[in-house]
Amino acid sequence: MRELSAILAIAHRDLTKLMRDRARILGDLAFPLILVAFLGPALKAGFGSPGGLDLQAYVFTGVLAQTVWQSAAIGVISLIADREEDFSQEIFVSPISRYSIIAGKILGESLVALPQALAILALGWVLGVPMTLAGVLALLPVILLIALFGGAFGVLVLSNLSSQRAANQVFTFIMLPQFFLAGVFNPLQGLPGYLDVLSRIAPLRYAVDLLRNTYSAFQPGSFPIAVADAGFNLAAVGALLVIFGGLGTWIFVRAERNR
Amino acid sequence: MTATGSSQPAISVQELVKRYRKATRNAVDGISFEVGTGDFFVLLGPNGAGKTTTISILTTTLSPTGGRALIGGRDIVAEASAVRREVGIIFQKPSLDQNLTGEENVRFHAVLYGLYPWAPSWRLMPAAYRAQVEGLAGLLGVGEEIFAPVRTYSGGMRRKLEIVRSLLHRPRVLFLDEPTAGLDAPTRRTLWDYLARVRRESGTTVFLTTHYLEEAEGADHVCVIDHGRVVAAGSPAELKAELTHETLIVDAASADRATLRAELGGLGLAAEGDGPFTLPVGGDRTHAVLRSIATPLTLVRTSAPTLEDAYLEIVGRSAADGEDDGTAGDAGEAGGSAPNAGPSAGAGSEGSARA
Repeated sequence: MRELSAILAIAHRDLTKLMRDRARILGDLAFPLILVAFLGPALKAGFGSPGGLDLQAYVFTGVLAQTVWQSAAIGVISLIADREEDFSQEIFVSPISRYSIIAGKILGESLVALPQALAILALGWVLGVPMTLAGVLALLPVILLIALFGGAFGVLVLSNLSSQRAANQVFTFIMLPQFFLAGVFNPLQGLPGYLDVLSRIAPLRYAVDLLRNTYSAFQPGSFPIAVADAGFNLAAVGALLVIFGGLGTWIFVRAERNR
Repeated sequence: MTATGSSQPAISVQELVKRYRKATRNAVDGISFEVGTGDFFVLLGPNGAGKTTTISILTTTLSPTGGRALIGGRDIVAEASAVRREVGIIFQKPSLDQNLTGEENVRFHAVLYGLYPWAPSWRLMPAAYRAQVEGLAGLLGVGEEIFAPVRTYSGGMRRKLEIVRSLLHRPRVLFLDEPTAGLDAPTRRTLWDYLARVRRESGTTVFLTTHYLEEAEGADHVCVIDHGRVVAAGSPAELKAELTHETLIVDAASADRATLRAELGGLGLAAEGDGPFTLPVGGDRTHAVLRSIATPLTLVRTSAPTLEDAYLEIVGRSAADGEDDGTAGDAGEAGGSAPNAGPSAGAGSEGSARA
């Protein structure tokens, strides 16, 4: 009970911070909205629908999954900034389990990613991306799962970082390549051998694909935009979530104390 | 000094060692001490002496490399979670969340320590909690300000809020890691008055680190560390008695110095060097010694060092010892502390150079 209360308090703090930081809300939204509003329609206008694939829906679902996943991951990595501001000391000196601290952080940053997801969904609807109410409702739990998965990935990255500077550099090496490897806006079919291998290693791939499974399931008759089936993607996301979260927390806690 | 109240010391540290990864020397190098329940204990030392490392280990956020430490009889490694419940800490750097209000910071702490269950807002928190916070606001001398973002608070106000917050779960030991660093003199004074009141009213054991000697004056027990080692320990009065020795400094014209040295030797006073000669003579004996010297003197001076002089000398001495560890970069300091001439000037300039 106490651990649960602590998890909620930590998560609530992240959400409160977001609500008070309007500049951050707008900043976080700008990039995905530009992709959904400009890139999707532009690709569709230029290439039409190759093989029946709706490029606008493809980019829309890719950006939705990627934004949520990345937002939660980067949010969790912000524990580093807390450490430099020394607020994390206040958390780490408290008598709650280290696993609860990380769980609270993942939950908080996942909730922080949700408003972004809702904004992207709203924009997609305005721009005429085909969607149904049932489809949107089915997407919500998947979006939350993807956010938690991103948060767990963030813990694993965080556990191997030492400073905010290192955290800032991570983006170029770990986040950016996954845009392409996970097929956020490019198709994954027919990738050259080395890219295919890298793509299968990229955790974001399974999050994007799972969201596309769910999206397609509510668009009967349309061209299926996912590459693997839903069961496989769900198993991959679930397994990686547990592994990343558990292993990352274990490494992080050890590294914190054995400086 | 320690055995006030319960038989079990509040803190017991035995041969504690910490070596950071990739470091070539120990940050804490086998220190031992005890703090009695309800005591005001001060760990004194220059920057980099190992004070923060010691506090981090005792509050379980850092693993020791060797040795043992107990808080209220509980092992800080094996029973870390229980120890965390027993301690409160004021960190060297402010640890309030600037984006939250004062009350939200307090609430966060209260929930983390299991004092109250989490609730999404102030209104939904239990009445007992709200009454407690209102009491605290009164104690801090603020009203509605407790609901303002911490960002808008003054430095002193933030420190006070941190103290209030750290005492919320009634810790057995309150650790303060250089709490007055960066505060102006009046704010420091208010903070000390406030802490004194907290000690009086709650009986909490206080463990303070500082490099300001005057902050150690009111302590029950002072432990001076440098380069991770205990270099002196005792009550402020004991330290003063043990460490400050009055001296008599005399000199003669260069032609007479050999005679003077011989004469001093005859009085049982070892006069080292080529003059001036520093003699361990003070009080009533000064006059007797001076009367029995026949050689014409060109210099007579007495020196009665203050506790600060003594502290600076200890720190200077251990800086010179530090050379043996092969530490690079402080050769200049060692040169300054080598001659044992006067405890004041040489050691003073050198102590500050370590900052």
